[in-house]
Amino acid sequence: MADIKLRGLRKSYGAHEVIRGVDIDIADGEFCVFVGPSGCGKSTLLRMIAGLEDISGGTLEIDGERVNDVQPRERGVAMVFQSYAIFPHMSVRENMAFGLTISGASKAEKAEKVQRAAEILQMEHLLDRRPSQLSGGQRQRVAIGRAITRNPSVFLFDEPLSNLDAALRMDMRMQIGKLHKQLGATMIYVTHDQVEAMTLADKIVVLRDGLVMQSGSPMELYHNPANRFVAGFLGAPSMNFLEVEVLEADSENAKVARHSMDPIVVPVRGRKFAPGDTALLGLRPQYVTPSTPDEGVLHGQVSLVERLGSETVVDLAMEDGTSLIAAFSEDKQFERGERIDLAFDPARTHLFHPDE
Amino acid sequence: MRSSLTSANRAGWAFALPGIVLILAFIITPFFLGVGFSLTNQRLISPNATRFVGLENYREMLNIAVVDLQAKTDSAGKTVTDADGQAEFPRLRSITRNPDTPQYHGMQEWFRWVSGDTAHVVIASDVVFWKALLNTCIFVLMVAPIQAAIALGLALLINQKLRGITIFRTIYFMPVVVSIVVVSLLWRFIYSGQNGLLNNMLSFLSFAHFQPVDWLGNPHTALGAIITMSIWQAVGFHMVIWLSGLQTIPPTLYEAAAIEGSSKWQTFRYVTWPGLRHTAVLVLIVITMQAFAIFAQIDVMTKGGPLDSTQTLVFQAVQRGYGMQNIAGGSAISVILFLIVLVISMIQRWLTRER
Repeated sequence: MADIKLRGLRKSYGAHEVIRGVDIDIADGEFCVFVGPSGCGKSTLLRMIAGLEDISGGTLEIDGERVNDVQPRERGVAMVFQSYAIFPHMSVRENMAFGLTISGASKAEKAEKVQRAAEILQMEHLLDRRPSQLSGGQRQRVAIGRAITRNPSVFLFDEPLSNLDAALRMDMRMQIGKLHKQLGATMIYVTHDQVEAMTLADKIVVLRDGLVMQSGSPMELYHNPANRFVAGFLGAPSMNFLEVEVLEADSENAKVARHSMDPIVVPVRGRKFAPGDTALLGLRPQYVTPSTPDEGVLHGQVSLVERLGSETVVDLAMEDGTSLIAAFSEDKQFERGERIDLAFDPARTHLFHPDE
Repeated sequence: MRSSLTSANRAGWAFALPGIVLILAFIITPFFLGVGFSLTNQRLISPNATRFVGLENYREMLNIAVVDLQAKTDSAGKTVTDADGQAEFPRLRSITRNPDTPQYHGMQEWFRWVSGDTAHVVIASDVVFWKALLNTCIFVLMVAPIQAAIALGLALLINQKLRGITIFRTIYFMPVVVSIVVVSLLWRFIYSGQNGLLNNMLSFLSFAHFQPVDWLGNPHTALGAIITMSIWQAVGFHMVIWLSGLQTIPPTLYEAAAIEGSSKWQTFRYVTWPGLRHTAVLVLIVITMQAFAIFAQIDVMTKGGPLDSTQTLVFQAVQRGYGMQNIAGGSAISVILFLIVLVISMIQRWLTRER
């Protein structure tokens, strides 16, 4: 078991800096998810922790020890790759015992640890198969099994579910969640899928362009995004941003209005605005509700309807041309071209500066 | 009903035609002609009509036997010895010209070994053929494993991201693109007995203690010299094949092995080598076939000599067919070579099959 500390971690390829000073604390036994769009440096960061990439600056501590220049094998980490990286010429059993084989473990020890890992992953019946005879999900389980047999203090997952189809992805996601509870080990998980991030994480770290945008528990990030990027990245469909003009502002609230929207009072959540400023009003699609022409705040024409069963997503073209996404949980019928009126609770909105 | 292959693809066939014609003219037809000629007494130029002789050419070539010669004894029954104390044996012609043993008629000695008072003599109707066969086998047995191993070593060395690594790739590959005739001529200078580069270098390195050797003029060193030079010449080609094999191994496998704590040797043993399985089959078969076909080096450097110590099958086939105008004999050697290569390739494929 181990805690991990990243302090001012940097990585550059020549003059190009991809990780630009990252500080993260991961507690012992915590499930930490690095999330961000492609190219944000999340995989690079994970590979630096694994020891597959050199660290250009800053310090990396695992279990209180500086491991910047320690070989991967001596860091006590195990890694699961997106492409599984299981050895095609070995049976499942040999693959899972690989780490033990090369460290010269006895046959009995190998058999026992492989058996234990296979039980945890419910794959005892697959042990004598070859990787070519397995499905994608089974292959990924082999890779996870190989990680378990070494009994590492830290598990690293690099987009482990990205190569799986949707149904299997959910199944494996749950298995990984259970595995974390069962083993209690520190886990770091990289993904671009915010559903995986939200469901698995004790702590989410949102990255962008090699910098940490925000870190915290999933619900904290969802309800109190530190900036517009985090607000837009977490949540599906993503948050709407409406350009508004600030009419009045104090330390708690601001009164904002826009063309064809009556002034409303919204919380500023620590930000400072002055009358006359332009701001962005962040509004989650789920917090928008159908209303009547008199009470509705936003009005527009339905340009697209997506019915997902549990949810209906409506793309609304407003009078000034901007579009707004609304997600309704009730089973209400909307037609394309229909005029509708919407309302929302101002207390559940976020107000951002446009340049955030 | 006509299939689309014959009706809709006229243009395709038209494009393939030149290739098909060339392959027919220079590979398929000669192959069958060769098999046919080997069953006749065909000569390059001859006033006599060609006759079908069946397997006579093969019988003549493959005819081999071991005969025992008893040491000469004097009247008291004691073995006669020469000045060195070695037993004296009757001359071989006492058997090969003996009317009592017509089956050995016309055969010549290839080699002999003596045990006690008996000399076992291997005799063959066509000693040069057997020497060529043996030399070719030695050549293949030396070249195939050594060249494959060195090529793999070079491929592992240059399969790294280092500044200027392409310069090394180019240097190692260069001998492959130079004509083998030119390479052979150059190496004749290197191996030269008087002022050759090799003798000079060895002499310099041993502070002039090394006695110059005429590498190509000495029956004990000639074949070895040609083997060395042949390995050097084609090693770059196989290096490139290994390299392409190395680059098909997914990098994440190496990363997974590194995280699991694999040493350099373990990584090679568990990741690299199993990943090169198909490449290894290819490289071995290609080297074996190329090695069996050795000709140009011999033709340029030694012409089969000295004392037939560098005779090879293809060189013999050419020399017989055109030098001695014995097309039938040359064809028979070619057919035998074909069968040997076929069998060996099949054995190799079987040994390296997917299990």
